[in-house]
Amino acid sequence: MKRVLGAAALSLAAFGGTAPVASAQTLKIGIVATLSGPQASLGEQVRDGFQAGIDSLGGKLGGLPVELTVIDDELKPDLAVTKIRGYVESGKVDFVVGPVFSGVIAAIFKPVTASGAFLISPNAGPSTLAGKGCSRDLFVTSYQNDQPHSVSGQFATDQGYKRAFIVAPNYQAGRDALNGFKSRYKGEVVAEDYVPLSQMDMQSEIARIADAKPDVVYVFLPGGLGINFVKQYRAAGLNTIPVLSSFTVDESTLPAEGDAAIGFYSGASWAPNMDNTANRTFMSAFEAKYQYVPASYAAYAYDTARLIDGAVRAAGGTDHNKLRVALEKAPFESVRGSFQFGANHYPVQDFYLARVAKRADGKLQTEIQKKVLSADVDPYAAECKMR
Amino acid sequence: MTLLIVQALNGVQLGMLLFLIAAGLTLVFGVMNFVNLAHGVQYMIGAYLGVAFARLTGGFWSALVLASVTAGAIGLLLEWLIFRHLYRRSDLDQVLATFGVILTLNEATRLIWGSNPLELQMPELLSGSFQLVEGLRYPVYRIAVMAAGFVVALLLALVVNRTRIGMLIRAGASNGPMVSALGVDIGRLFRIVFGVGAMLAGFAGVLAAPLVSVAPGMGENLLILAFVVIVIGGVGSIRGAFVAACIVGLVDTLGRSLITDLARATLSGPSSARVGPALASMLIYLVMAAVLAVRPAGLFPARA
Repeated sequence: MKRVLGAAALSLAAFGGTAPVASAQTLKIGIVATLSGPQASLGEQVRDGFQAGIDSLGGKLGGLPVELTVIDDELKPDLAVTKIRGYVESGKVDFVVGPVFSGVIAAIFKPVTASGAFLISPNAGPSTLAGKGCSRDLFVTSYQNDQPHSVSGQFATDQGYKRAFIVAPNYQAGRDALNGFKSRYKGEVVAEDYVPLSQMDMQSEIARIADAKPDVVYVFLPGGLGINFVKQYRAAGLNTIPVLSSFTVDESTLPAEGDAAIGFYSGASWAPNMDNTANRTFMSAFEAKYQYVPASYAAYAYDTARLIDGAVRAAGGTDHNKLRVALEKAPFESVRGSFQFGANHYPVQDFYLARVAKRADGKLQTEIQKKVLSADVDPYAAECKMR
Repeated sequence: MTLLIVQALNGVQLGMLLFLIAAGLTLVFGVMNFVNLAHGVQYMIGAYLGVAFARLTGGFWSALVLASVTAGAIGLLLEWLIFRHLYRRSDLDQVLATFGVILTLNEATRLIWGSNPLELQMPELLSGSFQLVEGLRYPVYRIAVMAAGFVVALLLALVVNRTRIGMLIRAGASNGPMVSALGVDIGRLFRIVFGVGAMLAGFAGVLAAPLVSVAPGMGENLLILAFVVIVIGGVGSIRGAFVAACIVGLVDTLGRSLITDLARATLSGPSSARVGPALASMLIYLVMAAVLAVRPAGLFPARA
């Protein structure tokens, strides 16, 4: 009797791979994010946001228990490839969620999609994978990288600012950012400054801005660069020149920037004060559990978890082709309100000008001021021929 | 013209911070012949301790004193635990071991304080600013940082040139084995130099904390500049470190500002925006190469 039972169990287990028994099936998901090094806080937001998404659905996605693996890419593309290869080869993986940085997605894209898993990026949205290089198995839930920058360019044009002083770090993403701004800015760029990524003191740039007396300043200064810029800009008393930005004043840097950041502008497709049910639920649950104000990294990761949930439900399981059809319809309530995928699996969404403000509880957050772009399609989508 | 003056001030201020870090580094390098890559970590530790003590005591000044002293103590602990075993070993071993210390301490700070940058409020007394040119206010605090650098430089010069311990340090820098042979406890001398160097780097960290964000790895960028400073100034020389720190600070700050404008004015098209920053980053290394070509031992070599 015992032997018969054992054989039955064995054959069931062997069978499990092709015709799953509903009760024993799990969803295998890997999160790839930068969790060590100077940029670790962004990866932590992705991890926390995704976990909050799973928690909001009772610990399951699409009714299936989740086998979640968290992988630290250490912001090293070569290391990320090694780790991700090991992970996807360890057994059938359904989804890989990540990464934070575009340099890493370029490296892990092939290994993930070749393994038969979907790659869903909650942050990195490089142009290379949006146009000719687009893929059926890649979805991006954040934005195409150019878009947040072009929002500020459009706003500066709308406001009639004639002279702009623009600053970014001297690396590829910095140059892309300033080109993104210029793509929609019609005025004169009086100075286009590139600072070293390692520069800690921004006083010299600020002196140049004061000297040039522009109508508007646009900066892309992520992480510590932005923190120093914001604090020193206020200390220099340049209060009359408005500052537009991206990834410079967000909830990941605001605690360190303090009150100096109040009044800075940022281009965004989400902000903590967005007025819809999904976002209110997200904000209260997230802050209660993690004790910090989430930035877009966490919000988009939360959306990603809810997207997977909706798609698995709609597909009635984990069949790859059915899942793809379901994912394309974006069957979930986004914290951003309206959300859909374009032909290249990048979002088509509204973009806003957000402004840093102090909440009633004394914490800082960005708040939506004005819609700048409606249902914006990224500039590379037309080149995408989905095979 | 006014822009030039402002940038010169910024340059001197960067120079003073560099000097505080390079002073300890050049003595350790000069007296002990020890390549300490982990010196930049002392700067970071100083900044973090500054934040921690300011939260504890609620004041900047008490935090400045406590953090500097504690940073010095941590330096001594590291010396006793790790570095003293490395003095007799090759440069490569020293570089590897101290690099390991950087990685370990950076991750340790991340574990203790998290990876988000922290903020240290500047003291009320110095938080004002004054009108320097039209449309730009210059923070009093930056002037205070410059003043602090000058005072420390003066004190160090006095100690090194006028006291017995200073004499031993100078002697140790020019010929260590001879000093040891004359019956001086060179181990004790090393510890004093190391402790003071670590304390100065920590002091610089607290001073810089209100200006820049306090984050893991903040010391490494300055460490490279500090090495440039001691190479230009001459290993082991306080005077050299001071002069070279001012040169590096000024060249870096003024160079960036001027070259960017120059490139825009002379070149056209998209390349102009790229050439400027590339040249500007090279500038201090070009200066270093030029100095080394003329004076291979630096401007004020300690070993005659």
